[in-house]
Amino acid sequence: QENAAPQKAASLLRKQWSLYSVTPLYRFSGARLGEYARLLGASIAAEKQKGLAVGVGVDLDVAVTFRSLPELRGGQRDQPAMLVQLSSRSSVSSKSSNEKLVWSGCFCCVSGEDFSENVPEDFTCLPLFLANGAENYTAMVGSWFQKTFDCHFCRLSISPLNLSWMAAMWTGCSVEKNACATELIFSVPCLPQPLDISYAIHPEDAKALWDTVQKTPGEITQEEVDLFMDCLYSHFHRHFKIHLSATKLVKVSTAIASAHCKGTIKFLQSRHLLGVLMLLTELAISQIQ
Amino acid sequence: MQRKQSSKKSKQSLQVQHSNQTDLSAWRKGKKTDPEKSLQNRQSLSNSQANENKQNSFEQAVSYFEKVQDPVSLRKNEALQKHLATVESTALEKGLPPEAFDVLLNVALSGKMADAVNTRLLKSLIPASVIPESSLVSSVSWLCVSKCSGSIQLLFIRWLIAMFDFIDHKDQLHALYGFFFSFLQDEKMCPYVCHLLYLLTRKESVKPFRIRKLLDLQAKMGMQPHLQALLSLYKHFCPELVSITLPGRTKTYFKNSEGPWKAAMSTIRRRNQEKSPVSQPLLLGTTQHQSRKRKWNTQLILPASSASTSTLAEVKDKNSDLYSISESFPVEQLQTFPQLLKNIHHLELPSQMGSVLTHPLLLHYMNCIKDESIYLRLHYWMGQTLQEECTWCVADSSQYEEEFKDFLEIVHKSECFLQEGFSSCEEFLYRSLPFWDGFCCRSQILRLMTWIPLSSFSEMKSHLYGPLAQLFFTSSLYFKCGVLESLKELLQNWLNWHMIQLDSESDSHGYSLNTTLSGLVNVVAELIHFVGRISTIALRLESNATFLLYFILDFYETVCDIYLRYNLPLLIMPPAGVFYPALLSMDSVSLNQLCYIMYRYRTNLIAAKENELIKKKILQFKFSSQTYQEYNQYLIAMVGCLWTSNAFQKDVHPQGLFLDEEMLKKTRVQDFKTSFNIVYHPALMGYALLFLQQAWPDDNTFNFSLIKGRKWNWYLEYLYAQGLKGLKLFIESSINRVSPTSQSK
Repeated sequence: QENAAPQKAASLLRKQWSLYSVTPLYRFSGARLGEYARLLGASIAAEKQKGLAVGVGVDLDVAVTFRSLPELRGGQRDQPAMLVQLSSRSSVSSKSSNEKLVWSGCFCCVSGEDFSENVPEDFTCLPLFLANGAENYTAMVGSWFQKTFDCHFCRLSISPLNLSWMAAMWTGCSVEKNACATELIFSVPCLPQPLDISYAIHPEDAKALWDTVQKTPGEITQEEVDLFMDCLYSHFHRHFKIHLSATKLVKVSTAIASAHCKGTIKFLQSRHLLGVLMLLTELAISQIQ
Repeated sequence: MQRKQSSKKSKQSLQVQHSNQTDLSAWRKGKKTDPEKSLQNRQSLSNSQANENKQNSFEQAVSYFEKVQDPVSLRKNEALQKHLATVESTALEKGLPPEAFDVLLNVALSGKMADAVNTRLLKSLIPASVIPESSLVSSVSWLCVSKCSGSIQLLFIRWLIAMFDFIDHKDQLHALYGFFFSFLQDEKMCPYVCHLLYLLTRKESVKPFRIRKLLDLQAKMGMQPHLQALLSLYKHFCPELVSITLPGRTKTYFKNSEGPWKAAMSTIRRRNQEKSPVSQPLLLGTTQHQSRKRKWNTQLILPASSASTSTLAEVKDKNSDLYSISESFPVEQLQTFPQLLKNIHHLELPSQMGSVLTHPLLLHYMNCIKDESIYLRLHYWMGQTLQEECTWCVADSSQYEEEFKDFLEIVHKSECFLQEGFSSCEEFLYRSLPFWDGFCCRSQILRLMTWIPLSSFSEMKSHLYGPLAQLFFTSSLYFKCGVLESLKELLQNWLNWHMIQLDSESDSHGYSLNTTLSGLVNVVAELIHFVGRISTIALRLESNATFLLYFILDFYETVCDIYLRYNLPLLIMPPAGVFYPALLSMDSVSLNQLCYIMYRYRTNLIAAKENELIKKKILQFKFSSQTYQEYNQYLIAMVGCLWTSNAFQKDVHPQGLFLDEEMLKKTRVQDFKTSFNIVYHPALMGYALLFLQQAWPDDNTFNFSLIKGRKWNWYLEYLYAQGLKGLKLFIESSINRVSPTSQSK
């Protein structure tokens, strides 16, 4: 499935996404996306011009579209992903030509069936939410979803442990030649001024190291991840006499994707998009369970 | 003729209603029996002293207004002047009877009279009890034919708003919604019409074409508070049609319409205080602005508002049938318990379940419906909110501690109300206790702990007991007592829950769920053993502090009665580390408590033994002989100490007081044998001293050995009279008195 490059999902690539976990949506229906778009549009317009009422369905300066992305899921048992986009239109010209995308958000669930199959029918599981754009739009859209579907949004940060998993997993994926370097950024705690250490490795060297660590292909264990990181640490120590194990891993960037501990991610390759989303779905589910 | 009919009709309806509403005859009667008011009456009644006359003059006035045909000038017509004055004075004094409104409104709105007369009439339309709806319907028809001037129309609308609560029925008035709506056009009337519509609007009144009209008005007039209020109400009912966000600061949305009637209204209100209809207008959904760093999820406490999703489902059908009446009852209108009872079958749940926490009526509702999705919605929301707001788990959130405290407080209150713990709270405790400093939100956390649900599969050991024990040993005496108090309440909540389960199961399954019962017994036993362990250590750490001992023994007061009071086959004796410090305590309160506990253990164990003997079949749960043995060991020690003065020889408990003769001699304590009996026991010696002073007032030698024989019995009675009830129960149940003569006293 990772080979099928989803066409529509291309809009997710090369953008900085903020991660959120969302509890199951109550009485959400995939058949009513058009209606939701009109309601959300009116709600945003009303929020922007506080005190003035806005009729639902009239032309507004921010257009809302809801789009289903059925290809963005792990299997048939996952809910199809949903892309919400806000675009501003200039009121002067005709509708479609002058629209400018100002914010987008994506609800998805990739291989989250263990969780979603245990919730009652009335609930829809789309536990991972990605947002790109101004935060006040995220707040407006999120509040509307919370009020309409009785769900709850929570920032999803990525722990250093999970970041090291990402580093190992993404290193193991075969990439083309001339791929950009694998870079790990560490933050040194307890200093008056913040100090970050950047550790860049040639992707082929990193892959070679990983291949020696991994015992069975297609399967990763915590011990292997730890060993991989320890090897990198000891190499670094040999050269710089710094114990990276005493610092905090804050960012991992590879040719596949780059992730920051504060809960942001950038997808760089459509081929591995679903794989990364699967991992993030898992993190989101563990936060809401 | 018509007039008579209508008065007759209202009389009938009054009889049926059995209320203290006033019709003309009742009004007359009331006048007779109310001599107090005659003083006030004098000034308004210039030409008549008798009440009967006054009543007649009012009836004349009404019939005058009924018959008047042509426009009459006020200045030139003395009859009109007189009758108008009568109506005004009657209105101010007593209020007008329901029948009068039809006539007077007809006159005032038909344009027959000059505006000055109409104004005076309208201003004196103050009800004695209620205003009949029928009179309003005809008034609205006058309004629509525009016979009266604009200012009279306006005054009428204001009157209607001010008197809204006194209208007897409102069904026909609701049917006239469209007519009122059409008056929005008039710029002067618009604010008042908005107010009236605000009072009248129901879900079915909200129609797309009305919203369009209001939006047009908004476009024409700009941001007007009265339009905002009405539109926000429309949004409440139909979020699928219109959207509005009210600006932060709450202000008054409507001008006060009560002005001309204010004084009269308040007297009427006072008069029929007990029966005045309470109309509570819907609260406007203003968002409170809090200076929180976060841009959203600013409110921890959610307001209750209708579910927009459920209305979404109906919206299609509703638009096709314009006059269909929506069935569900919106939560915004739910204000009283009778309303809840009346609408319980079609109550609409709030859009966000989190809002039930601050809505006692919805909690009632939650208590009686078994819908998994309700609990699940609440569970998700609460779980996430607790996790996100937890001040010691989330960085930079310590400034919100007060807010978080309030939130925990509300959650706990709801749990107490529902008599049920939330699973999200349980998870929150397990997650956050390892990081808790035992200080932040202490009382709230300890109280939340008391509602951890009892489930037969137990993860308590690692999740609760571990972190709690660490905090317990390293914290102050008061924290220890607080923890013990919570654990006692937790135990009681579990036991109560078990009782309720037993009751509900006995109807259907009987005693079939043995597997879960044994699991349950294990979980309860685990808690009791845990408390036993930490109590033993805590007593050592705090050198047997009486305060701590009190809380420990308080816990065992529940434990010793589990079998009889809660019908759970479980009895666990306190560990020696608790028993002996209590037995040798310096404080009579602790000793008395221990005596009571031992007495209850005895009662429970005897009952268990009897049940075993009666029921021939083998019981699933039998107290092990070890429990009896342990009890007997303690009993021997206690009787040896307090009564037979041979504690050091007879105590057979491995951790007991047994000391051999040689060792005791080495202590060089004289009369060591008696040193813990009820006379010499350090907890009771004070009583013995006072007893000596009373029994031998002249003796100053404090010869305790005088207390023996008959005096011993007197001394016992003296102790009982000092409030040592536990000691009394213990001695009377567990000690075989040698001389029965003592009983005769």
